[in-house]
Amino acid sequence: MLDVLVIGGGNAALCAALSAREAGASVLMLEAAPRAWRGGNSSHTRNIRCMHDAPEDVLVEAYSEEEYWQDLLKVTGGITNENLARLTIKSTATCRTWMRRHGAHFQPPLSGTLQLARTNAFFMGGGKALVNAYYRSAEKLGVQIRYEAPVDKIDMDGSRFVAAQVGTEKFAARSCVLAAGGFESNREWLRQAWGQNESGEWPADNFLIRGTRFNMGVLLKEMLALGADSVGDPAQSHCVAVDARAPLYDGGIVTRLDSVTLGIMVNCHAERFYDEGEDFWPKRYAIWGRLVAQQPTQIAYSIIDANSVGRFMPAVFPGAKADSLPELARLLGLDEKKLMATVANFNAACHVGKFDHTVQDDCYTVGITPAKTHWARPIANPPFYGYALRPGITFTYLGLKVDETAAVHFAGKRSANCFVAGEMMAGNVLGKGYTAGVGMAIGTAFGRIAGTQAAAFAGIERVAA
Amino acid sequence: MSQLEALTREAAALAGGLKPHEAEVDRILQICNACRYCEGFCAVFPAMARRLEFAKADIHYLANLCHNCGACLHACQYAAPHPFAVNVPKSLAAVRLQTYTDYAWPPALGVLYKKNGLTLCLATAGALALFLLLAVARNGSLLHAPLAGNFYAVFPHNLMVLMFGAVFGFALLALGIGVAKFWRDVSPGAASVAAAEEATRATLSLKYLDGGHGEGCNETDDAFTLWRQRFHHITFYGFMLCFASTSVATLYHYLLHLPAPYALTSVPVLLGIVGGIGLLVGPAGLLWLNLRRHPEHGDASQQTMDRGFIALLFLVSATGLLLMLWRDSGTMGMLLAIHLGVVMALFATMPYGKFAHGIFRVAALLKYAIEKRQPNRLGISAD
Repeated sequence: MLDVLVIGGGNAALCAALSAREAGASVLMLEAAPRAWRGGNSSHTRNIRCMHDAPEDVLVEAYSEEEYWQDLLKVTGGITNENLARLTIKSTATCRTWMRRHGAHFQPPLSGTLQLARTNAFFMGGGKALVNAYYRSAEKLGVQIRYEAPVDKIDMDGSRFVAAQVGTEKFAARSCVLAAGGFESNREWLRQAWGQNESGEWPADNFLIRGTRFNMGVLLKEMLALGADSVGDPAQSHCVAVDARAPLYDGGIVTRLDSVTLGIMVNCHAERFYDEGEDFWPKRYAIWGRLVAQQPTQIAYSIIDANSVGRFMPAVFPGAKADSLPELARLLGLDEKKLMATVANFNAACHVGKFDHTVQDDCYTVGITPAKTHWARPIANPPFYGYALRPGITFTYLGLKVDETAAVHFAGKRSANCFVAGEMMAGNVLGKGYTAGVGMAIGTAFGRIAGTQAAAFAGIERVAA
Repeated sequence: MSQLEALTREAAALAGGLKPHEAEVDRILQICNACRYCEGFCAVFPAMARRLEFAKADIHYLANLCHNCGACLHACQYAAPHPFAVNVPKSLAAVRLQTYTDYAWPPALGVLYKKNGLTLCLATAGALALFLLLAVARNGSLLHAPLAGNFYAVFPHNLMVLMFGAVFGFALLALGIGVAKFWRDVSPGAASVAAAEEATRATLSLKYLDGGHGEGCNETDDAFTLWRQRFHHITFYGFMLCFASTSVATLYHYLLHLPAPYALTSVPVLLGIVGGIGLLVGPAGLLWLNLRRHPEHGDASQQTMDRGFIALLFLVSATGLLLMLWRDSGTMGMLLAIHLGVVMALFATMPYGKFAHGIFRVAALLKYAIEKRQPNRLGISAD
């Protein structure tokens, strides 16, 4: 009989499979995607947030456990579990040695990401390079891998895992690690979770999925139906504003648009709706998905002038470009007069001090609502550019409740042989919000724990049998 | 990307005077520049990140900076089957062929790149026939009484100097004019000593075939290997040793008045033997790797050029070593004619074949070393 069955094919699943194999277990991985799409959302990641008390290879200065914890506390607004969070944080102090052993390479931060030089270790080549390395290592160690194997049913005996089913095929194992991601690719589920707004719209119908199309939440739904304890708000998802022309799935990093803080954002009525200069973009980009989702038809437009060109990361698609604002309005399908009025109002309200995009400068508006509190400069220097933005879903927060052994719980009691890692349980640590590299930290920490625990249980069972 | 989007971009690219292969690189680099995950692999991506737009000259510069290692293809979250279908090495390889063609001198001969397989075959056959006929015409037969390795009894020294000097000189001139034109178009500014040193080191060590992490580049799949770097080193340094052998022999001849043949233990012969073995092992290894290479690395239409060049290098050293082995026999004249024919073919096709990659790549590496020392004009703030 198989020792450990790992369901999933991303970072957490791979960490679990590698750890279980290292502990001597026979391991089979079931990845829903075909080989070309393997790795789930991990293929779109680029770094892992790591604590360190002194400069370490690619990481500068120090990032203490306490500071990491405070950052996590801040972004989650306290919706976290300190015990599990600290467990994750502590594991990041040493996990890179293990990652390197399985082929991971790190590099200093990418251009435009210097603010992460202290806190985040970047994967050379990004998440897909990391995933490729892990798969190579898994194959070398003798982990069996099945692609195009989406699990649709789990057989349990009470809280005890028995087998997983892919269609008519059954995979029994002594223990199991669930690491198959959230439900962000499931549009029907998102639709239900976001519901209908006052105008009768279903906002989620206009959402784009930033990552894989394979995170349908089938396994999550199955486990919840089987009575597993849950964690995280089922109606919440990490939602950022992305280029409206992005593909429906897998737009990844490039569809983000960093021009928001430099100009103004208007909705389809050419009206501003939020302070674009509230804070630095990395600290604010995640609120704009929800803000755009709350606008009619779930679309908004970032409008900048020639002064901002070259000051933000290049956009993947060229923006609409016009020599006058009426022309730009026509290109974007906005009411010309309304846009003219909005920009005129904004321009007249700008109190321009010393513009500096690297600090919270003293350029702000006076007398308009909403205000723009930093980086406010009149939009007057042609050519003008406009980018349409839509909400882009990164991941969902709903997951399974765990303890420090990554065990799935049923009515408060831990399962002896069913473990969970990655996005399927990230909500235990990250109940709300996000900060760069935390998802990979949780996936790596709990993937390794789940794999080790599953192998240990299978080992005992094997001896007993 | 929607079809409309693709059409719009294509139209814009055409308006910018880009040819289809260049327009494809432009399309891909817009995506890469918004991602930048591959910055650690090589010089192409940091060079790209200094730009917001990609004019024709930028595209040719970046194309020649690329060593076709394949790392960025396997790491790419936007590679096919993703609808973006990003393939940096392949798109840049296609442009490289255009660089060689567009900058060829005289321009009319640029078309030779497009039919490089045919060019190589004709040049080799022609040069072989020339020397074989010449040998027969001069000596009445290809076989002769042993001459104790005295090549000049078959072909007089001055005749060889004249023929090879003319062809080699032309090759240098054609390549020089081509790369000078390329250099003017990419307008990098003056080279500091540090920049020149860095470019030299990157060239001689093949730094950008190490994958950025030292484990090497990709061949058949996403695993890394140092074998391409090693075989290329063996080829290059083998070639240079052969070149050194000829140079030393020239010095012996004119400076020390010591005409060939030289003893087995002499410097020119030792250099030639070691270099020749390198030029056997290196190209054989490169060909072996080339045959196993992942089909999405590079431009499949250039395989004939790549393999033809590798084969010619192999033949140069194989015939040279055979000549060395049998230089005291009655077949020396025939072997000499064959060897000289192959060498002549190599020299004649140098400005119109794979050899050009080295010249343009060194120019691109030097530009990169110069450019990275200049202040970045872009003021992109943290994302």
